[in-house]
Amino acid sequence: MRKLALPDEILLKIEKPARYIGGEVNSVTKDPDKVDIRFAMCFPDVYEIGMSHLGIQILYDMFNRRKDVWCERVYSPWVDLHKIMKEQQIPLFALESQDPIRKFDFLGITLQYEMCYTNVLQILDLSQIPMHSIDRTWDDPIVIGGGPCAYNPEPMADFFDLFYIGEGETVYDQLMVTYKLCRQEGKSRLEFLECAAGIEGIYVPRLYEPSYHEDGVLADFRPITPHAPAKVKKQAVMGMDEVVYPMSPVVPFIKATQDRVVLEIMRGCIRGCRFCQAGMIYRPTRERSVDTLKQYAKTMLDNTGHEEICLSSLSSSDYSGLQELVTFLIEEYQGKGINISLPSLRIDAFSLDAMQKVQDIRKSSLTFAPEAGSQRMRNVINKGLTEEDILDGAGQAFAGGWAKVKLYFMLGLPTETEEDMAEIAVLADKVARKYYELPKEQRQGKCQITTSTSFFVPKPFTPFQWAAMCPAEEYVRRASIVKHAFAKQLNRKSLKYNWHDAEVTILEGVFARGDRRVGKVLEEAYHLGCLFDSWTETFRNEPWMQAFENTGVDPEFYTLRNRGEDELFPWDFIDIGVSRQFLRREWELAMKETVTPNCRQQCSGCGASGFGGGVCYEGQN
Amino acid sequence: MKVRIKFKKYGSLRFIGHLDVMRFFQKVMRRAQIPIAFTAGYNPHMIMSFASPLGIGLTSEGEYFDIELDGHISSAEAVRRMNAVTADGIEVVSFRQIAEEKKMTGMAIVAAADYLTDCRCLETGAAFTQELVAGFIGQQEIVVTKQTKRSEQETDIRPLIYQMELTKQGIYLQLAAGSAQNLKPELVMSALCRFAGIEEPSIAWTRHRLEMYADLASEPERAEGIRKLVTLEALGKDIE
Repeated sequence: MRKLALPDEILLKIEKPARYIGGEVNSVTKDPDKVDIRFAMCFPDVYEIGMSHLGIQILYDMFNRRKDVWCERVYSPWVDLHKIMKEQQIPLFALESQDPIRKFDFLGITLQYEMCYTNVLQILDLSQIPMHSIDRTWDDPIVIGGGPCAYNPEPMADFFDLFYIGEGETVYDQLMVTYKLCRQEGKSRLEFLECAAGIEGIYVPRLYEPSYHEDGVLADFRPITPHAPAKVKKQAVMGMDEVVYPMSPVVPFIKATQDRVVLEIMRGCIRGCRFCQAGMIYRPTRERSVDTLKQYAKTMLDNTGHEEICLSSLSSSDYSGLQELVTFLIEEYQGKGINISLPSLRIDAFSLDAMQKVQDIRKSSLTFAPEAGSQRMRNVINKGLTEEDILDGAGQAFAGGWAKVKLYFMLGLPTETEEDMAEIAVLADKVARKYYELPKEQRQGKCQITTSTSFFVPKPFTPFQWAAMCPAEEYVRRASIVKHAFAKQLNRKSLKYNWHDAEVTILEGVFARGDRRVGKVLEEAYHLGCLFDSWTETFRNEPWMQAFENTGVDPEFYTLRNRGEDELFPWDFIDIGVSRQFLRREWELAMKETVTPNCRQQCSGCGASGFGGGVCYEGQN
Repeated sequence: MKVRIKFKKYGSLRFIGHLDVMRFFQKVMRRAQIPIAFTAGYNPHMIMSFASPLGIGLTSEGEYFDIELDGHISSAEAVRRMNAVTADGIEVVSFRQIAEEKKMTGMAIVAAADYLTDCRCLETGAAFTQELVAGFIGQQEIVVTKQTKRSEQETDIRPLIYQMELTKQGIYLQLAAGSAQNLKPELVMSALCRFAGIEEPSIAWTRHRLEMYADLASEPERAEGIRKLVTLEALGKDIE
């Protein structure tokens, strides 16, 4: 029988003990004596969130295909267990073997959002691994970070030995081989890190040093040894049909957020919205073929027993095989008790027809993400959606029987005026009017238009990376302008308005574009008790403000400052394949309210064609 | 065709709750390609009903649920296929055809269950002697306070204890179970601790369900206190 790291006395006392026992269907167990490398893969959030992440499932499968590697999983212990583990000095363990993380060769941590950073420190702390890379020895695992936040790794630089920049399928094998070789040859930890720095896409923060101008702006950032390259190149997979994909993903015992088969239909996005980091860092857009996906669907459903399948991508409506794939899934699985979950598709005749087949339209709602209320603002952010698209789509949907619509917007976008803000309410009202244009007998009572706004956070490697943010009070003021505008609308009784918290936005802003100096704020905040900051039930702003004060770091330097055209950014040493010139050009076009065509309409020369694949070469063979 | 499935739950899977066990078996049905029938309607779901939920922390070698088939499969083949796709900690024991009447499904007919409980706290465990257990069960009535969602209620649990004895493995209990009357083993153990005048250790019981029974006694027989218990499994027959 499998041993468990935690005794019954603890497991019966905490919430959802199944989070910590492992042993799920399709989880992988190997003989630790017969592998060379033990890899602990971590998503620094609670089990149900972490288990829903596709990237971890891909890497878990990829590593475990290697005979010499055993990859296991670890997630953040929830606050109840956290307290017990701290009090009783119980070391954090991996789910499969229940062995302490500290015994592992690698600890890989995915960085999906800034507000998980204190959870990363929790993982290191509970694992009893020294917090700082420079304090670690061969008694500790190599701590490697990846994921979207690794595109600006600097706030986390002190805590990681390595960062992997880009898609995991390309150079991990090379890293494993290098590690084995270095250990066989008895090399020092530093020597291994220097070897790793020579692998394309691997960033070793210790081998670089920043310097700053008197005003605090980054002056220089360069490697301090010849082993490390001046530029670290993002990794991207080109053969989407050849690359590994997990045919037998792990099936959790408890209900995960994503309890279904996930078909990743493509990577990247052709749209180029100027606020969107994913749209830039995952360039070029690359599709999987419909035939490959049909085969994956069957195999994965058979191997997991899941009762639902969904499509995953940044913009599924742009997938060229969408109709064929969705039609196949409906014909093959509808009526066999398998739900087909369609992502937010562009509303047109095809998608409405497909949605009518797979969901109960009386209960479901349609989602639009115009992101901005006015056409002027949508031109600034390069969101191609027009008011006509939205109203036509909504009209068709209402005629098809839907009565619920969700609308998503951002507040605090560059150049935003009070008029733009008020337009959000006006647009929501126009959608409602479209509903009441239907003859009464075709309606089902009142419609329900739910509008949500979040506050815009400028992200590295986007055209808006130069943008200044607003103070928290200003965000609150803008939300109240929208709220007042809603109160003036004709159909206000059918409209509902929600807005996000401004405090978290400010923190996200600091860490999204932060440099190495904000690392100490994270550490201080963790020591002051910040944990699970992305959860409203656990987030507390006061200790964060205290942490800034205690460390003497001014958050406004990172959020409110206007960044100059030529300012050196902490993330500029990373080459994502999209040029800074392109991003600047897009910033200037934004200021002129000029739209840029999408990748399929016309190439804008962003630089991603240098990867030699994807949409840049479509129709050329 | 109605089928009763008996399974064991052990090891670390004692930490998986009842709802998750149901979800687990829904996925097992698909992975093993058992020809299970679905309900009609907009959201078809598997026809599956569990006899009696098992609480978190308990292990069992006598769990049951009933399903409906819409195709043929032999018992041996079904057991083999399900065990090929299960997780360590859940093992299917049998897969047997049962009578079609609605009142014969698991949930409706459970009348009693066997448990083995033990105390992992050494001091408390050592205090349980043959004499003590005999004295406890020899009482005319055993009144306990039952916590319900809304109130506290004084109940005599003695009539719900069918058997109780101290064995080498721990204390064996046969208790009333099912939708009419149900007694949890931990309630008996706390009463025993109070009877013995020892402090009850917190979360130190190991509790194991051994078997579940239906009562085939007729109404007049029941009125006389006669029980004819047969295991739920014995009510089915193997499919060739």
